[in-house]
Amino acid sequence: MVNRPDRDTVMQYLAQVSDPEVPVLSILDLGIVREVEVDESGAVHIGITPTYSGCPAMDAIRTGIRMELLSRGITKLEITEILSPAWTTDWMSEEGKAKLKAYGIAPPQYRSREVPGEEVVPCPLCGSAHTELLSRFGSTSCKALYRCLDCREPFDYFKCH
Amino acid sequence: MIDYILHLADNALIYGHRLSEWCGHGPILEVDMALSNIALDHVGAARSLYQYAAEIEGNGKTEDFYPYFRDVRAFRNVLLVEQPNGDFADTMARALFFDTYMVLFYTALQKSSDARLAAIAEKSLKEVTYHLRFSREWVIRLGDGTEESHARMQHAIAELWPYAGELFAPSETERAMQAAGIAPDIAALKPEWERLIGETLQEATLSYPLQAAGAWHHSGGKTGVHSEYLGFALAELQYLQKSYPGCAW
Repeated sequence: MVNRPDRDTVMQYLAQVSDPEVPVLSILDLGIVREVEVDESGAVHIGITPTYSGCPAMDAIRTGIRMELLSRGITKLEITEILSPAWTTDWMSEEGKAKLKAYGIAPPQYRSREVPGEEVVPCPLCGSAHTELLSRFGSTSCKALYRCLDCREPFDYFKCH
Repeated sequence: MIDYILHLADNALIYGHRLSEWCGHGPILEVDMALSNIALDHVGAARSLYQYAAEIEGNGKTEDFYPYFRDVRAFRNVLLVEQPNGDFADTMARALFFDTYMVLFYTALQKSSDARLAAIAEKSLKEVTYHLRFSREWVIRLGDGTEESHARMQHAIAELWPYAGELFAPSETERAMQAAGIAPDIAALKPEWERLIGETLQEATLSYPLQAAGAWHHSGGKTGVHSEYLGFALAELQYLQKSYPGCAW
C-alpha cells in the first residue's frame, strides 16, 4: 500500500488508463490530463479536460482513473474538470499519434490553428496521400471518415481540433 | 444570472434535442452520424451550463432538474431552435442561421467577465466552428444543386427567416447581463451575421430574403412564450422523468 505516492508514480498509473472509445490511446497520449498534484496528506488531485463537450467517454474516463488509482491503494482522490484552455489535438503526444496510425486511424495532420481548407490525410494502411473525405463526422466526435483512392480502404481520421 | 445561464443552456439543449430526432432518420448514413454528433456537442454544452446554474442556485438542485422538471413557460430558448426539423433543407437552413450566430456569439462571450461562461464559450466555439462548415457546405450544395433542391432550400430560408431576428433582440435579462459585462452585445452581432449569411446564400445561388432592417420577426422564446412545438418536444424529452421521477439506469 502506498501512503504518499509521488507525482511520477501517479503519472505511471495514469498511463494505464485508456480512452474507452480509442482504447489504443492512454489518457496521457490524448493530452486530457492537465493537472496532477499530490498534497501533504497524500491526497491526489487530478484535473482533466473533455475532448468534446458532449463526449460520452468522459464519465467512463473518470471511473477509469478512479478504479486504476484505487487498485494501487490511492483512496484520497479528487478529479476536477478544467474547461479552459480548451483541449486541442496539439496536445496529443507523438507516441500517441504513432499508436493511432498503427491501429489504423490516421492521426491529426496539422496544428489546430493551421488547418488548410483541404486537408491532405495519408492513408494509415498503405501510406498513400491520394485520399478523399467521405464525411466530416465519423463514429465518434473526434473522428472524420476518409477513403483511400489507392488501396480503396475507408479509414477514420482523428481530426484536428 | 440564472435566468441568463438557462437561456443559453435551453438554446443548446432544445437545438441538440431537435437534431437528435434525426438519429436513425438521416437521408444518408453520414448525415445521420453528423447530426447526431452535432447534437451531442450541444447537449454537452447544455450540461456544462445547467451544472453551473445548479451550483449557483444550490438547494440540492442538480443539472437534471432544469431539462426534466420545468414546464414549457420556464424555458428561455429562442423560437428558432424549437422549430420542427421539417425536411433536410429546413434543418440545414435552421443550422446555417444558428451555427453562424453561435460562432459570433461564443467568440464574443469568450470576453465575458464571468470566467466560467468564458471557458464554456472557448470550448464550444471550436465545436460550432466545425458545425458551421458542415451546414454551410450543405446549404451551398442544395442551393447550387438540382432544380428541386434549389427550390426547397430557397423555401426553407424564407420559412425560417422570420425566426432569425429574435437572436439579436436582447431580453431584459440579456440587457442587465450586458451592463454587468457578463453578456455580449448581441444586437451588434447582426451586421456581421447578415454579411456571412449573404455570402453563403450568394455562393449557393440563393436569393437573400427581402426584409428591411428592423422589420417584424417572431419573438417570445426568451421570456417563455413559445410556439406550440416546444410543448410537444418537451413531452417526449421529459416523459420518463415526469412519469418515474429520479429514474436511473
